[in-house]
Amino acid sequence: MSVLRAEGARVAYGPHVVLDGVDLAVDAGEVVALVGPNGAGKSTLLAVLGGDPRPDAGRVLLDGTDLRDHGLGHLARRRAVMLQETHLSFPFRVEQVVHMGRHPWRGTADEQHDDAVVAAAMADAEVGHLAQRTVPTLSGGERARTSFARTLAQRAPVLLLDEPTAALDVRHQEALLARVRRAADQGAAVVVVLHDLTLAAAWADRVVVLAAGRVRADGTPADVLTSALLTSVYEHPVDVWHRPPRVPGAPPEIVVLPVRAPSPPVVPEETP
Amino acid sequence: MTTDRAPAPPARAWRRSVLVVVLVVALVVLTLVAAGTGQLHVPPDEVLGSVLHRLGLDVGPLPAHPLGEQALWTIRFPRVLMAVLVGAALATGGAVLQGVFGNPLADPGIVGVSSGAAVGACLVIVAGWTFAGPWTSALLAFVGGLAATLLVYLTARAGGRTEVVTLVLTGVAVNAVGGAAVAFLTFLGDTQAREQIVFWQLGSLNGTRWVYVAVVAPLVLVGVAAAVVMSHRLDLLALGERPARHLGVDVERLRLGAVVVVAVLTAAAVAFCGVIGFVGLVVPHLVRMVVGPAHAVLVPASALGGAVLLVGADLVARTAVPYADLPIGMLTALVGGPFFFWLIRRTRRSAGGWA
Repeated sequence: MSVLRAEGARVAYGPHVVLDGVDLAVDAGEVVALVGPNGAGKSTLLAVLGGDPRPDAGRVLLDGTDLRDHGLGHLARRRAVMLQETHLSFPFRVEQVVHMGRHPWRGTADEQHDDAVVAAAMADAEVGHLAQRTVPTLSGGERARTSFARTLAQRAPVLLLDEPTAALDVRHQEALLARVRRAADQGAAVVVVLHDLTLAAAWADRVVVLAAGRVRADGTPADVLTSALLTSVYEHPVDVWHRPPRVPGAPPEIVVLPVRAPSPPVVPEETP
Repeated sequence: MTTDRAPAPPARAWRRSVLVVVLVVALVVLTLVAAGTGQLHVPPDEVLGSVLHRLGLDVGPLPAHPLGEQALWTIRFPRVLMAVLVGAALATGGAVLQGVFGNPLADPGIVGVSSGAAVGACLVIVAGWTFAGPWTSALLAFVGGLAATLLVYLTARAGGRTEVVTLVLTGVAVNAVGGAAVAFLTFLGDTQAREQIVFWQLGSLNGTRWVYVAVVAPLVLVGVAAAVVMSHRLDLLALGERPARHLGVDVERLRLGAVVVVAVLTAAAVAFCGVIGFVGLVVPHLVRMVVGPAHAVLVPASALGGAVLLVGADLVARTAVPYADLPIGMLTALVGGPFFFWLIRRTRRSAGGWA
């Protein structure tokens, strides 16, 4: 049985339908990448999977129970959400922000592990050296890693990550997704919104392509990430390459690149 | 750098302890000095002796002046204690409100709580109501403050969310209506009521009696205690509403609870002493600069700091001009106004605007 399942989820803002009958099931131990063009509904689907907003039609089940029947506290111990924007009203220090991820466990037996969990989360997100800095003094990437550390500190078996790598450099992108991969290998169910299709191909078990609020494809990276589908979805020619694997015997690595036509020569404008 | 242990780093913990010790010492010393200062001077050691004797400890000298004991216990102590309570209430109310709106510029005066409370208290003055004894004006101030805050809160809310800018602008509208209501009540009242309203609006601790203290004290204690209880959840609100909800905080309920706490604290402050502005703005901000924004420290430290500030301000109000009792609201506004200006400039520079 899937840990997290959306059934016919529909979200509309007025006449504008953002999600239209989306079905998605995520199992424990699985990393699912949500990809698609801007405005496809990726963030909205992720938010709906997190329980906020509630779908206008359809439903989302966590552990077989409708999300709206889970208490907020219980929900927070079952799933963690990392949003794209990292807003903070007051200049808290990194360590304090990561500690906030432990809030759902206040008053439970797990509370005694708070400090160890926070330290581990900060080490995993590579923000340990920033622990005493205040968040407003950090760079965008450092803030994103702080946010990721807070999400990890929540120790939830369902992780929902909205473009966690958008602000990160290559090394931290790899490190973050490797950590996500490890969480899944330890039994977590992960949904991650990604724009970088090569990254999605490398780290996800399954890729779900959204376009105009609907699921266009759902399957393994090799099945889904084809030149024909991506060219159609992104409305731009896209090439898919297969690079020989580093490890003999492994499947080839998928590299996705947009086709760049040589730009037409610039015609100087006539001046009167 | 290892961060395995110690949730608060040594430097911060050290600053926190120093701040609390400094504030407590300042409060005790200021209270003793303030209680002894006035037309009848009582040295601090005699003030302390008088208090200790009342507590059953035969330590220290009693006031040497024959009327000293009486002056202390009927006039000075209720007034100084009221300053402590009102200062704590205003500063705590400001800290909670700033936490709820995620904005260091929020203040009971700005969002309209004080204005609503003022309408309630003025109504009591003009109508001469005494149906709840000494509690009447506190009760009406609470009702007025709560009504104003709820109105702001509900109208500024759309789809279960509250946007800060909408909220502050709605506060402006509520303040305007509240001001009109007070003006109307001033117009309705007789000469004596008018004078009372005018001086009440300037804010003063003059004429504080023990009955008033007995009304205000429980409100302030309950309000501050409730603020401390919700302090941890207020921290999470700084992440934004959705992340806070994702972490298991019932944001709507927290906000509603915080609004009630602010209304209680504001009513307690406003009921007898009138409008004393900017304490709720200045104190939490200064405390945040020293110990950071965590509410578990911010709230109690602000309560202490507010008490210190108001006891000090009241001392100045009583003694700056001989034989005159300056309105304390005027003093706090005189200092708080420029501070607010500086705060806006500073926030604009550091955050690129306020929205």
